[in-house]
Amino acid sequence: MSRQKDNYENSWWLKFKRWVEGEIDPLAHGMETVRPDQETEDRRWQREKLLQARTAKERKSQELREALEARELRQYQKIYQVLSVLLCVAVSLVLLWTITYLPEIGDAGNPDNNEVSARYIEQGLKETGAVNIVTGMILDYRAFDTFGESCVLFIASCCVLVLLRMDGGSDGEKSGKKGASGAKKRMAETNDRLYEPKNDVILQQCSCVLVPLILVFGVYIVLNGHLSPGGGFSGGAVLGSGLILYLNAFGFRRTGQFLTEKVYRRVTLSALTFYCLAKSYSFFTGANHLESGIPLGTPGDILSSGLILPLNICVGLVVACTMYAFYALFRKGGM
Amino acid sequence: MMENLFYHLEEAAAMVLFGIGFTMLLLHRNLIKKIMGMNIMDTAVYLFLAVKGYIRGRMVPIVTDGILDASAYINPVPSGLVLTGIVVSVSTTALMLALTIRLYERYHSLDLDEILMGVKREEHA
Repeated sequence: MSRQKDNYENSWWLKFKRWVEGEIDPLAHGMETVRPDQETEDRRWQREKLLQARTAKERKSQELREALEARELRQYQKIYQVLSVLLCVAVSLVLLWTITYLPEIGDAGNPDNNEVSARYIEQGLKETGAVNIVTGMILDYRAFDTFGESCVLFIASCCVLVLLRMDGGSDGEKSGKKGASGAKKRMAETNDRLYEPKNDVILQQCSCVLVPLILVFGVYIVLNGHLSPGGGFSGGAVLGSGLILYLNAFGFRRTGQFLTEKVYRRVTLSALTFYCLAKSYSFFTGANHLESGIPLGTPGDILSSGLILPLNICVGLVVACTMYAFYALFRKGGM
Repeated sequence: MMENLFYHLEEAAAMVLFGIGFTMLLLHRNLIKKIMGMNIMDTAVYLFLAVKGYIRGRMVPIVTDGILDASAYINPVPSGLVLTGIVVSVSTTALMLALTIRLYERYHSLDLDEILMGVKREEHA
């Protein structure tokens, strides 16, 4: 075939004409096959006609199918929405109907105010030394439960780390797509404050005043967990929010000086290990008595109630580090 | 039934919150809004538990003035259970958000339908 004809076949006019006549899809131009040179006009005409008929039929059926699918989808969505609203209303009504049969709120004779809570209140101070009965309960009687909670937090932060970790180029098995996304992520890391004011003076000055106060308040809540409302979890959350404010004001370069991934891992793991060792001795003593042998001290003092204060500090460290780790991971995929 | 509901105002509020969260979970296609609905459901459960521990006219369970009588304080057990619930809900929320970020990176959409279409397209390809 001559070059002229080649050009003619590839010309915009012919493509436009064929598109108007419905022969080709301009978006699928990669699909066109190169015809053999020795093809006769007759055969070509036959084939084109066949192709034309087939594509027209296919397109028609496809349009029909798509319209049908769209209609089905719309119907399905309508039915789904109506059914889900009905289900939600039914669930709410059943729940509301059920609570009308519950005993009255705030009545001392309710079945949940049984001998368990009475025993916690009457013997709690004597046995745990904690003025705050809830803290005495969760860090002495039910300390393993709290250990499990700390582990849940730690495992959740590990999962987030695994899911959001920045993929370095050294990742061997999925180098193709992952490497590209890793590079993009690294770009995003350098520009992670692209849409924020850099080194905002107002934020920095405010955080200069606020961050020490917040951190001191968090430490106070953690250390007074056995004396007043609070404890490791709430104090740790306050500490973590103080760290997040500091990070927002001064950026990763400043927080990276004292809180890297290594520090996070060491602090969290040593806190969890200490908690585990401090509480699992009761397995070796037959798990019958939970006394630690540490004198309980005068109730109301900071240094009282045995193991509760160190355990509160451990929980506070774990929670603070985990809060900060969540924020740093969500923001740039690393610490 | 209505006057009974009036006596159970806090519990009714908790149940309505639960219904709102459940509706969000079912009706919204945006994954972030689904997670918000889940959190509202969690909050409803905390409110319900906290109300269950309340006893009218009593103090918080922190020993004051050396009173060690069980009839002076509210029930401390639900408070401890709510604490457990909050920690677990924070962890699951973080996990769900991380999974959502991964899904967005892969399918460039937060819409559940579009994500499912993307999954189907990848399966056929």
